[in-house]
Parts: sequence; structure tokens; C-alpha cells
Amino acid sequence: MKKYHSFFRLYIVNSLQYRAAAFAGIVTQFSWGFLQILMYTAFYKSNPSAFPMGLSQLSSYFWLQQAFMALFMTWFLDKDILDSISSGGVAYELCRPLDLYNMWYVKSMANRFSKAILRCLPILFAAFLLPEPYALTFPPDALLALSFGISFIAGFLIVVAFSMLIYVITFFTLSPIGIRIVALSLMEFLSGGIIPLPFLPDKIRLIVELLPFASMQNMPYRIYSGNITGMQAVYGIQLQLFWLLTLVMLGKFLMNKALKQTVIQGG
Amino acid sequence: MKLYLNFLSMHLRCALEYKASFLLTILGQFLISFASFLGVYYMFARFNNVEGFSYSEVLLCFSVVLMSYSVAECFAYGFKTFTATISNGEFDRIMIRPCSELFLVFASKVEFSCLGRLLQAIVILIYAISNSPIIWTKDKILIFIFMIAGGIALFMGLYIIYASFCFFTIEGLEFMNIFTDGGREFGKYPMAIYGKSVLGFFTFIIPLACIQYYPLLYLLDRPVTPLAPYTPIYTFLFLIPCYVFWKIGVTNYKSTGS
Repeated sequence: MKKYHSFFRLYIVNSLQYRAAAFAGIVTQFSWGFLQILMYTAFYKSNPSAFPMGLSQLSSYFWLQQAFMALFMTWFLDKDILDSISSGGVAYELCRPLDLYNMWYVKSMANRFSKAILRCLPILFAAFLLPEPYALTFPPDALLALSFGISFIAGFLIVVAFSMLIYVITFFTLSPIGIRIVALSLMEFLSGGIIPLPFLPDKIRLIVELLPFASMQNMPYRIYSGNITGMQAVYGIQLQLFWLLTLVMLGKFLMNKALKQTVIQGG
Repeated sequence: MKLYLNFLSMHLRCALEYKASFLLTILGQFLISFASFLGVYYMFARFNNVEGFSYSEVLLCFSVVLMSYSVAECFAYGFKTFTATISNGEFDRIMIRPCSELFLVFASKVEFSCLGRLLQAIVILIYAISNSPIIWTKDKILIFIFMIAGGIALFMGLYIIYASFCFFTIEGLEFMNIFTDGGREFGKYPMAIYGKSVLGFFTFIIPLACIQYYPLLYLLDRPVTPLAPYTPIYTFLFLIPCYVFWKIGVTNYKSTGS
């Protein structure tokens, strides 16, 4: 446990180096979120009855999305890990007395976490101060806030478990760029990164909501904004836990299989 | 010009060396922007129109912006990846050559895989034109071409600014993304839907609305000021401050060594 802890610290200290870059990032994400809300407001004005969620719910959704982008972005992969697979550096990692899956899992978590921690607070703070329909509001009650917390952590763990799956697949294909781009762009759409899932037509939405991608950012943000409540939220969290378990087990299984076959090619 | 063609054929042969991977990346780029198109599609499946713009009218706007963005990204890739050029000392080599630095950086990289997006834009454009009631007169076609050309100029200018910042900061600054990537994503819709102040900003400071909203209104025969069809020309003027900024950057350049 202590070993993983030190990995975590290493990454966070490292990321605090680039404060100017982080500030620029905050400004970017804030403007991005703001434009996005304005865009949906325009749609809201042209036909309020077709809007599947409240405007203020949607604002909360987008602010959370911007603030915690680094935690939930599906297209972000750890370059170190990918390089170590294709360059053979993974041989060194295997020499360490640590389980490779767990180590990389913690590494990816720390990497995402360190990117998010600097950014989320200023964005959240500024978003709370905005005028009404555009502001980030508190969840309606304490129970929802609690389920948001659980769902948030589960969603984050699922995203990392999924990126682990991509790393493991890299063992088999070595040159993953083509598949990766296709998979990632599809994933971003299915996880609600491009338009929030409630905006999809009902038939498609019902299928998409069962996929693991909907268990990522979609679930916690909609619970927070009060779009998903009561038993639905409980059911959603159960689904998230199911996907988390499945993805981690699948990842570990494939990793063991890959490592048995791995040939380190000199170097 | 001849020199640039030489560079271009070199880059093209380079890219075609690995045909399978080249085609896969083009396909990948196509699919990425397809996801973005799906977003627009499902929004209009639900809402029919936004601020008085219909689906095919927005698609027309979307295709203009996507097309100019992809062409600009393809050819101005050297500016987009300029951080790397500066931090590995490559720029020192560029400075000792008997040619303008701007030209050499411009010619240093051409990323043909961005053409996957261009393909997407063309498909959308064909669909949008066949579904829109616009009667294409000569001056409308001319204005349409200027919209795309102006867009290319605008995005290239933005990439030049992005690169010029690297002279001062070494690290690329992320906030330029709001204008480049953001311009592409938010420019899908006519800028007027974001409200007056955003429209003003994207008219006078970053003239994105000049290549889509104003000339689009003219194409659609909506009431406009007589200046509207000429606004794409303004984006070419935007290149002047970009060039000046680049020059300031070059004179301030300190090598990073290595």
C-alpha cells in the first residue's frame, strides 16, 4: 500500500510544477463550459418543451464535466505506459515486486487525479458564483449528495479500468493508433461527452444507458443535478459496480494472458 | 512557390510510405468528426431549429467551418506542433537557413491525415446544399468560396499566434485551444446563438463570425447590412497582426539549447 501511495505523491508533486499551464487550462475550460451552456440555452429558447432536463440541471452537469474533465476523459491515455509497452520498457516494470495491473492502475489514477486537483476548485468556485440558470447549484438533498459521491468514485474507477483495458490490448497489437482513435471517439459519444445522454432519442438512449460508458461521467453528474433520483439512482449505482467489477476482472485476466505470451525484443 | 511544391511532394511521399496506417488515421479522423456530427444530428432530431436556423442551414455553417479548419490544420501543422520544434532546438537550424522563418515552419510539416475531417466536411456540404432552398447565383458562389478561404486564413492565423506564444513560454498555451478547437466545435452553429457579447467578441477580436454568421445570412436572403457579404475579407486582415506578433516572437527568441 505504501508503495502505491508514493507513486501517487510523485505524480502530484510533479504536476504542481506547471502552474501557468494550469491557469491557462482553467480559463480555457471555464470559457468552454460557458459557451456550451449558452449553446444549449439557445436550443432551450427555441423549444423549451422538447428539453429533456431542466436548464439549471444542465448547467450543473456541464460545470461538473469541465471541472473534473481530467478524471473522466476517455481519450486520455498515459503516454509513459504506452511507450513502455511498445519500447520494451515494460521488462523493467516486471522486475519490480509489484503486481503490474495494480501498479499501472494506481499510476493512471494518480496521473488523472493530479491533473484534476489543480483545476477543479477554481472552476467549481467560479461556477457557484454565476447567476441562476447558468450556475452550479448544490444537489437537492443530502441523500442525493451521498449517492453522487459513491457514483462519482465508481465512475472514476470505471474510466481507469477501461483505459487499463486499452493498455492491455496494446500488448496484442503493438501499433494501436488506428483502433484506438476509432474506439475513443465512439466512447466519447457513448459516455455523454459530446451531448448529454438525455438528449438522445429514447430508443437509442435506453440501450446506451446500459453500456459501461454511461456508467462513467453520465451517472454521477445526472445524480448530482437531480436528473436521476430515488430508486433509479440506486439501480444506476448497482450497474456501475457491476461494470467496475467486470472491467477489472477482464483487464486482469487479459493482462495475465498477455504477459505469458510477451516477448521482450532485446533492447 | 516552387520550393513549397517540392516540400509538399516530399511530405506526400512520406505519408504514402505507410499506406495502411495512413488510411486508418484518415478513417479515424473521419470518425472523430462524425461523432461531432452525430451530436448536431440528435440535437436537431429533438429541436428542429435553433434561433431561426434550420438543420440544413446549420449544416452549411458546420461544413464551412469544418472544411476551413481541416485544411488549415493540415497545412499549418508545423505551427500546431511548434512547441516541440522550439524545445528540441530545431528552430536554431531553421534560423540559419536563407529563407523566411515563417515559410520554413509552414513548410516543415504537412499532416495529410487531417484530410479525414475534410472528407467529412465535403459529405456534409453536399447533403446541406442538396437540402437547402438556396438559389446559387454567381455572387453567392463567390461569397461561399470566400467564406472557406477566409476560414482557412483565420485558423492559420490562430495557429501562427499559438506558435508565437511558444517563443515566450516554451510550453504551448492551452487557452488558444478555445479559439482553434473551440472555434471548430462552437462554430458548428452560427455564432449569434451564443448571444450579443459572444458574437461581438467573435466578430471584432477573433473574426470567426465573419466566415459563417454574416455571410450565411446573406446566402439565406435574410435581411442584412450591406457589409455582410464582404465580411470574409476581414479575416485576411486578421493575418496582419498575426504576422507582426510572429515577428516580435522571432526577435525575442532565445534558444533552449540542446
